[in-house]
Amino acid sequence: MGSPMTLAAKLWESHVVSSPPGGPDLLYIDLHLTHEATSPQAFDGLRLAGRSVRRPELTLALEDHNVPTSPLAVADPVSRTQLETLRRNCETYGVELYSLGHRRQGIVHVVGPELGLVHPGMTVVCGDSHTSTHGAFGALAFGIGTSDVEHVLATQCLELPRPKTMAVDFDGGLPRGVGAKDLVLALIAEIGPNGAQGHMVEYRGAAVRGLSMESRMTLCNMSIEAGARAGLVAPDATTLAYLKGRPYAPDAAHWDAAAAHWATLRSDPGARFDRCVRIDVSALTPWVTWGTNPAQAAPLASEVPAPDAFADPLDRASAQRALGYMDLVPGTPLRDIPIDVVFLGSCTNGRLEDLRAAASVLQGRSVADGTRLLVVPGSMEVRAEAEAEGLHEVFLASGAEWRSPGCSMCLGMNTDRLVGTVRSASTSNRNYEGRQGATARTHLVSPEVAAATAVTGRLTAPADLA
Amino acid sequence: MRGTEPVEPFTEHTGTAVAVRRDDIDTDQILPAEFCKRVVKSGYADALFKRWRERGDCVIDRPEHRGATILLAGKDFGIGSSREHAVWALRDGGFLAVVATGFGDIFRRNALNNGLIPVDLPAPVVEGLMDRVEADPGFRLTVDLRSCRLRWADQGADFVIDDRARRMLLEGKDAIEQTLLRRDAIAAYEARRAPWMPAVPRGAFDAASATAAR
Ligand code: SF4
Repeated sequence: MGSPMTLAAKLWESHVVSSPPGGPDLLYIDLHLTHEATSPQAFDGLRLAGRSVRRPELTLALEDHNVPTSPLAVADPVSRTQLETLRRNCETYGVELYSLGHRRQGIVHVVGPELGLVHPGMTVVCGDSHTSTHGAFGALAFGIGTSDVEHVLATQCLELPRPKTMAVDFDGGLPRGVGAKDLVLALIAEIGPNGAQGHMVEYRGAAVRGLSMESRMTLCNMSIEAGARAGLVAPDATTLAYLKGRPYAPDAAHWDAAAAHWATLRSDPGARFDRCVRIDVSALTPWVTWGTNPAQAAPLASEVPAPDAFADPLDRASAQRALGYMDLVPGTPLRDIPIDVVFLGSCTNGRLEDLRAAASVLQGRSVADGTRLLVVPGSMEVRAEAEAEGLHEVFLASGAEWRSPGCSMCLGMNTDRLVGTVRSASTSNRNYEGRQGATARTHLVSPEVAAATAVTGRLTAPADLA
Repeated sequence: MRGTEPVEPFTEHTGTAVAVRRDDIDTDQILPAEFCKRVVKSGYADALFKRWRERGDCVIDRPEHRGATILLAGKDFGIGSSREHAVWALRDGGFLAVVATGFGDIFRRNALNNGLIPVDLPAPVVEGLMDRVEADPGFRLTVDLRSCRLRWADQGADFVIDDRARRMLLEGKDAIEQTLLRRDAIAAYEARRAPWMPAVPRGAFDAASATAAR
């Protein structure tokens, strides 16, 4: 028996292709997801060097960042060129692509898992920082830039310095009405927007074990908002139940062998982490952001903080600047903040479970006058499943817009962009200055809070509704 | 680490600097998402810090800092989105190094892949340099990649940088070529992958659904 290993170390070591003395390890990449926004220059690089794609069948391309979500004609010529470039590249290099209109099109981080493409024990990369999502399956998954996208296309490998390990233990049971989004906002507020820099984070504890796969994806998705290289949850019965029967899950002939291997994918008792954080979640309540990075978050039941309340002078300056941008006055109850637009969607909270949670709040209620609610399912599959359950009828009856899949208002890139100093409540992952539109002000919220907020037109938890 | 563009070895650079006194500068600030619609790898100078510059009086645009090649910033520079466009914009804006206290992991790697040197130094050192640069815009700094040291006047500070990336930059090597040299090891690894690992051959999903529908 060797010394006890962390899950992250097991994943890392099982993918080492070669390990030159003194140099970083060369890792094999099992699955590469790609999309129109960060791949054109990578394919160009291949073309210029006369290289081919080593394993085209290990890459899946999707159109998500730059697609309209209603109506579906791509009016902007620059966007059209980008989509056409992806289509041409996929054809030339033999890469599978689910284009706008395909019945499996959607956001990369929603579609990969729902196809059963992400298994425990894999390495997954994508030219997108929220690739951390896939760690929910006990896979080592991280975002890369375009040069590395090119490297993976050409070699199916990446040479990487080995990150450190960090354990985050969520102690206690999650109270009712509190979910993964609240959990992760509380964590990021605790450790900071780059607090997990250089670390692969494993989430543990009873609260995590009790989360569905969708919620684990929400949690791992936001790992990058704490600066983590990757987020991980060890696979268990919940993981297996989610995977079984999906199109790209192991077939019957391999299932038992795969499951037996997956059972070994956990941190051994006594495994040493470079850093440990414990958070008691038994008294957690819904959280929202008030500032301009995801760490500037607080319980919805609290108030806009005063910059003076921060001991660290850097945090104080940063809060001061954020309140200026957000046009908020310290001491204002967060529940009094009026909201113009509510966005329900993104790779963080655009899955069926999220839509169900929001619909259950909206059932029999209406979106407030002067407030707009966009519901954007994360994929065509989520959209179809939601429609099969009649969720779209709940949304439409409440006065919400029921749209087609894409990144939509998560980032100010496609046509779903906020114009002017509009204030939004958004289930996405980034509240940076200008993220949803040049001067837009974003509050990050859970799907439940998004729905309740749409009803009242101010930041609201479902429990606050009469 | 770099792609296929002609790679010029980087050993040392001396230039003037501009100080952006701000922490947690995310890549959406460096380059807003709307510029990620382009399909090219250069020509992003107009997009650099676009939102701040639109609002006017951005330190980057002050005449006394024209020609600066080193950017000084607060803690945790380049967090957030993986967009390499942010690095291309800094490079197109004339920058060869960023001196800050901590970097976003993906940004740090993207920077090294493009020959933009991330110089990670403690906050008091960076703040001291900001004071100097603000007092004297002609103040010059030298980034020495051979000794991993930032030098100014008669002083200096050592920084840590990924050693492999450093050697690739010093020698001007193409990273993909280096990995391709190990094709035998890659093929050997592929031969021992688990048999249930998924693959998505082009057209297979539609073909399978068509069969199932029949
Ligand atoms: S939904 Fe937002 S965070 Fe997720 S992949 Fe799209 S743009 Fe990125």
